[in-house]
Amino acid sequence: MSHPERGRFGPYGGQYVPETLMGALEELEDVWHEAKADTQFQLELAGHRRAFVGRPTPLYSATRLGEHFGGAHIHLKREDLCHTGAHKLNNAVGQALLALRMGKKRIIAETGAGQHGVAVATVCARFGFECTVYMGTEDMRRQSMNVRRMKLLGAEVVEVTAGTKTLKDATSEAIRDWVTNVRTTHYIIGSVVGPHPYPEMVRDLQRVIGDEAREQYLSVDGKLPDVVIACVGGGSNAIGVFTAFLDDKDVALVGVEAAGEGVRTGHHAASLVGGRPGVLHGSYSYVLQDRDGQILPTHSVSAGLDYPGVGPEHAFLRDAERVEYVAVTDKDAIAAFKLCTRLEGIMPALEPAHALHHAGVMAREYGPGGRILVCLSGRGDKDMDSIDGV
Amino acid sequence: MVSDTGRARGARSTRSKLDQALRADKDLKLVAYIMGGHPNRKRSIEVGKKLATSGVAALEIGIPHSDPLADGPVIQRAGQAALEHGINVEGCLEVAAAIAAEGTPVVLMTYINPILAYDPRKFAAEAAQAGVAGVIVPDLPVEESEPVAGWLRSASLDTIFMVSPTTSAHRLQSICEHSSGFVYCVTVTGITGARKEIPAGMKELIQQVRSHTELPVAAGFGISRPEHMKALRGTADAAVVGSAIVAEIDKGSDPVKLVKELLKACR
Repeated sequence: MSHPERGRFGPYGGQYVPETLMGALEELEDVWHEAKADTQFQLELAGHRRAFVGRPTPLYSATRLGEHFGGAHIHLKREDLCHTGAHKLNNAVGQALLALRMGKKRIIAETGAGQHGVAVATVCARFGFECTVYMGTEDMRRQSMNVRRMKLLGAEVVEVTAGTKTLKDATSEAIRDWVTNVRTTHYIIGSVVGPHPYPEMVRDLQRVIGDEAREQYLSVDGKLPDVVIACVGGGSNAIGVFTAFLDDKDVALVGVEAAGEGVRTGHHAASLVGGRPGVLHGSYSYVLQDRDGQILPTHSVSAGLDYPGVGPEHAFLRDAERVEYVAVTDKDAIAAFKLCTRLEGIMPALEPAHALHHAGVMAREYGPGGRILVCLSGRGDKDMDSIDGV
Repeated sequence: MVSDTGRARGARSTRSKLDQALRADKDLKLVAYIMGGHPNRKRSIEVGKKLATSGVAALEIGIPHSDPLADGPVIQRAGQAALEHGINVEGCLEVAAAIAAEGTPVVLMTYINPILAYDPRKFAAEAAQAGVAGVIVPDLPVEESEPVAGWLRSASLDTIFMVSPTTSAHRLQSICEHSSGFVYCVTVTGITGARKEIPAGMKELIQQVRSHTELPVAAGFGISRPEHMKALRGTADAAVVGSAIVAEIDKGSDPVKLVKELLKACR
């Protein structure tokens, strides 16, 4: 386990934000540490996870997929079965409870695929917060069903027309809103990115994925998997599933980024594979940037991975070589999406479809008897339009 | 983490050029902001030189960044336009050198990532070479400021940090200790951009800052009108006007006219 020192994972992390936010980050860190140590809070969180989120989520043996890939044992951690359809609710519920503790009345969020936006709109409906979600024009187009869901849940969805009109710009706009309304508003960031304490706090709220999966995996036949695979945009489902296995030296961990049209084409979103260290949205980590330090436009068929940065803990785990990071193209992800749907009757989101493709690659490497765990971070209904268009 | 070298600067025997230029006598001082390379490089030099000789105490020059978290729509758009015209850190340093030659102190304002990408040591050395007096980095709070601030100081550049209405008392002291040249007092919780009124509480904030430092205090963000100058006179040493000037340049008008009006209200 990497323990952040003053919000750092090795050299990565930090708090590169306007002065106006420093007080709010300090407050959030204090409240989070208090809540973590408070049994009452933990009981309350556990209750919401059970009855509202639908945890624990099952561990599923994908036998037909395993056979297709040459006989390896493939297990899927079914985060697609969380209420609202993705792991994002784990974080949103936890941060909503913190916002209640801080007495904030209003919640803001950024969203790319719309899964985090829906999760936040959902907890705002559940706990009675005013809710504003920032979303790029381009993402509103390709994830229109989630826009409608958020509006029905009572959220205001603000269209972001700046820059590349995707997740990066939505995040910048959410931060600007927060700088302006910081006294009344809590910002529920959707991944393990942003200034300290977000990367650490979101990890702690998502690690339930791996904690459950490790126990479930062991209870099947008393052994651990050979490899755990998860997709990485900002990296919250990946950190969530990896954290429980970091000390299991024999378990390989692989993070799968979006190669878009191919890392060499420049049309991709693979920050760890194709970027270099820099500051984006308040933390120092791997970033896709030009030589002048300007953030580059990204491309991925999957809106949730279409982000030029990545959580600072992933940067640390990359440099420490504890996690291997690879990138999978749009084309391969779409093929894996269709394959999983047809062979298992499970329609994955395009984001974890990247991880499923790589599971196929590794299954062939390990051969029969290989033991592979994939975090199926969300379901694919939202991606129908993107798939139809291909 | 705050390093010891960071603290050492507090007691300086001689006042820097900026410190002298921004100290209010009976008049409020005015700091004008332009974006380097906006609307293009040539014009930004022309406008900058004109502004530098229009009676302002200092000129702030922005180096554009693709993701300016502390800026409102006017400065965002100006930065985007400048980037589309191909300006970069090197180009902005050349713009700054041309304007600094007029003799009015020049302050650079940019975000940390372009500085990191350029190499902070090279940036500090070349900014000093260009005749720049100080640097403001709005996404670099004092806690994260080393080693970059140390390199700026080694190049004899002033390091200007910001305080805001949400800054806690203990951080206020640390920010004042790390600042040189002047302390930048953000008058609103928010991003840059012209606003109708100066918020209540601004006076108290500036008074608090003064209890921690002898440096001049400049008020910025949202300041755009002659009546704002009147409200700040006697409280702040200087006022920073950005978006209102950039908006004039955007329209193709001469921002000197606005500056003259503002200067009249400073007296």
